[in-house]
Amino acid sequence: MAEHPWAPGGNRARWQRRAELFAYLRQFFAERGVLEVDTPVLGRLGVTDPALEAPAAEGGALQTSPEYFMKRLLAAGSGPIYQLARAFRGGEVGRRHNPEFLLLEWYRPGWDDEALRGEMDALLEPLLPGFPAERLPFDALLKQVFGLAWREVPESAWAEALAAHWAALGREGDPLALAEGDPLTVLEWLYGEASETLQAPTFITDFPPALASLAALRPGEETAARFELVVAGVELANGFQELCCAKTQRDRFEADRARRRQLGKPDVPVDEALLAALKAGLPPCAGVALGVDRVLMLMTGAASLDEVMPFSWARR
Amino acid sequence: MASYSTNEFRSGLKVLLDGEPCAIMENEFVKPGKGQAFNRVRLRNLKTGRMWERTFKSGESIEAADVMELDMEYLYSDGEFYHFMKTDGSFEQVAASASAVGDTKEWLKEQESYQIVLWNEDPISVTAPNFIELEVVETDPGIKGDTAQGGSKPATLSTGAVVRVPLFVNQGEMIRVDTRSSEYQSRAKG
Repeated sequence: MAEHPWAPGGNRARWQRRAELFAYLRQFFAERGVLEVDTPVLGRLGVTDPALEAPAAEGGALQTSPEYFMKRLLAAGSGPIYQLARAFRGGEVGRRHNPEFLLLEWYRPGWDDEALRGEMDALLEPLLPGFPAERLPFDALLKQVFGLAWREVPESAWAEALAAHWAALGREGDPLALAEGDPLTVLEWLYGEASETLQAPTFITDFPPALASLAALRPGEETAARFELVVAGVELANGFQELCCAKTQRDRFEADRARRRQLGKPDVPVDEALLAALKAGLPPCAGVALGVDRVLMLMTGAASLDEVMPFSWARR
Repeated sequence: MASYSTNEFRSGLKVLLDGEPCAIMENEFVKPGKGQAFNRVRLRNLKTGRMWERTFKSGESIEAADVMELDMEYLYSDGEFYHFMKTDGSFEQVAASASAVGDTKEWLKEQESYQIVLWNEDPISVTAPNFIELEVVETDPGIKGDTAQGGSKPATLSTGAVVRVPLFVNQGEMIRVDTRSSEYQSRAKG
């Protein structure tokens, strides 16, 4: 058996870059009166989202994001808060994925999602070229890249558009078969391929309600107040005008669990403490989670997370 | 037979795809939005050398291929098969078919070492060393005094390969050739 290599990745200059980034982020929020908080990494429960796996651990699960704890703080009157949080996503290993990573997550009570995007522009402008970022609604992105008016065509046309795109890139694979017949998965993959083509920093806004996640729906319920930030084809952040209605939130959790059953994935109980906090009153707010390691990757021109984390998954 | 899940994919891994032995060249984990993840994988078919790009659902498993790469010494051809011997001291021999040897046939020289890929212990491909020294068995006479520049001419080598050589190279000389590009490198020393 070969010995496991002991040496960390990168070099002192890279580690210093990382430390300077942490210091910059903390200073940014300190100057704006946003309170730093820390919440459990080892929570009681995992997450119902069928696309996420919270690794099991003694007494509960490692958290996929600090969102639920931070919403409980907001409901208890914390005011604006941020956290540099360790987050965990089981099974996600790749150039741009590490099962343990660093999220910068923050919440702004009383703000809407566009105000929060403005603050993200201010945060990232000194770090990466091309800010302030462009704004592009989800529908316009699919129209721009695939010429696809996805709401106006049958679901089968979504898979055809994706199959044609893959074929043009020399990739084999039947999208609908891979997605196990789920058109929403095909729509998300289409979105993924389209966002990968974006080079300039871009906020993709106004997601379809079916992909709302924890975002509130806009009046008229045509779109959800969810956005993502994509830079050089890399997703850096996901944010919401937060859903505050406990009843709607419970319905979404139950829909997640039904989907989990359908996919044969382990059941995850609903986090009743979060729902109780929403019922007690989560102030209207906008929140976002930014992948700090990925920001560092783009800042340094690194090709993979392994180059910017001292101990990536393979080096632990 | 063992199998590998997508989260064990890494470059160099040997797998069976559509019944063909392949090597994973690149593996990219992709997870758009908050959706279902998949792996975008580039593979090389070890029999044909053809590249494939396939998409796998994350968590899916594929069968491992029993593939070994060995350095073996070329012995002789019996007209149908090409015989190679292990260099580990076991003197064990394998017989490679013409299709496994493929274009490497033009570079087969006795006692030279070749990389053989064995699938279920059968040779499926033979790769020549990057550089090989061979004798010029036939070429037009050399031009005196032309040692530096000028044109080139075809030369037939002892293996049957034809390469272009500088005009000063004579029949009976040993030359060094790059087997990947079939290009003349230099006169062989000694």
